[in-house]
Amino acid sequence: MYKGLAIIFGFLFMGEAIAEIFELSVPGNVIGMMLLTLALLTNIVKLEDVEREAEFFVRNMSVMFIPPGVGIVLYWGLIKSQAIPIFGALIVSFLLTLLLTAKFVELLRGEKK
Amino acid sequence: MNSFGIFLTLAVFYLFSKFYEKRKVFYLNPVLLSIIVISLILKGFKISYDSYMESARFISFLLGPAVVSLAVPLYKQRHIVKTYAKEISVGVVFGGLLAIASAFYIAKWLGANLDVLLSIAPKSITTAIAIGVSEKIGGIPALTAVLVILTGILGNAVGVELLNLARIKDRVARGLAMGITSHGLGTARIILDDELSGAVSGLGMALNGIFTSLVLPYLIELLK
Repeated sequence: MYKGLAIIFGFLFMGEAIAEIFELSVPGNVIGMMLLTLALLTNIVKLEDVEREAEFFVRNMSVMFIPPGVGIVLYWGLIKSQAIPIFGALIVSFLLTLLLTAKFVELLRGEKK
Repeated sequence: MNSFGIFLTLAVFYLFSKFYEKRKVFYLNPVLLSIIVISLILKGFKISYDSYMESARFISFLLGPAVVSLAVPLYKQRHIVKTYAKEISVGVVFGGLLAIASAFYIAKWLGANLDVLLSIAPKSITTAIAIGVSEKIGGIPALTAVLVILTGILGNAVGVELLNLARIKDRVARGLAMGITSHGLGTARIILDDELSGAVSGLGMALNGIFTSLVLPYLIELLK
């Protein structure tokens, strides 16, 4: 367990350090994820060394969204005053992205045949 | 009372996820219901968000290692990435940019202010990454978290029906569009439809999260 956790937090630390040193706008945890993926692909890290711990984190991720989400209480006034742009954009953008992306990929695959 | 926020978060989430297991309907999404109920409890008992967050921060701190851990499912699906390399890469760029630009410009056209524009731009990527991206570009992470979850719920609720209505039959196209648009909640729904669509959807979600977090901070300067 400690080995897996050390690897995961090690890559998180590396990602954060890189983001800070190079002043990147990409979140450090995303850089850590990309590095760990590369390390797995190149066999620097073995899947079985991190698999259990990583799956624990991924499986239980949804509870971690709650505390930041509750922060919404601080912005109640903003949401009320901007309800139409917020929800209008949310719904229309959802429809456009889903249908146009699906159509685009379908056309892309159709051409190949 | 150092543990109050942790206790409240875990207890409320536990109750709603038990409930969700029994009645799997999209609007009973346990994360969204937990956010609403905890917000109401804080309001009702006049507890400030800061004092709740003082201990609940421990839970959201785990998002860091959780995002890093997404490398494992990504690695495990590498054969699908290879098989559909072209459609996945072109699809993620197309869909990822479309999701950002359409949300940004429609909100702007409807009169949204900058805070809202920055918070809504990452709405199609997985919550964990969206929160970090929103923070980086100067949005409101809490608003982003809620909008992301709502986008996921939309995909979960009507995504498959919309794809059927639009007569999209290609399984790769269906899965990819769902993952890119509605991340985890969309993936959870389309996987019930078709296993290949589900696998491609999960990959679309992960790669769109990476793609968006790489381009959005720079793109947002152009969109502004």
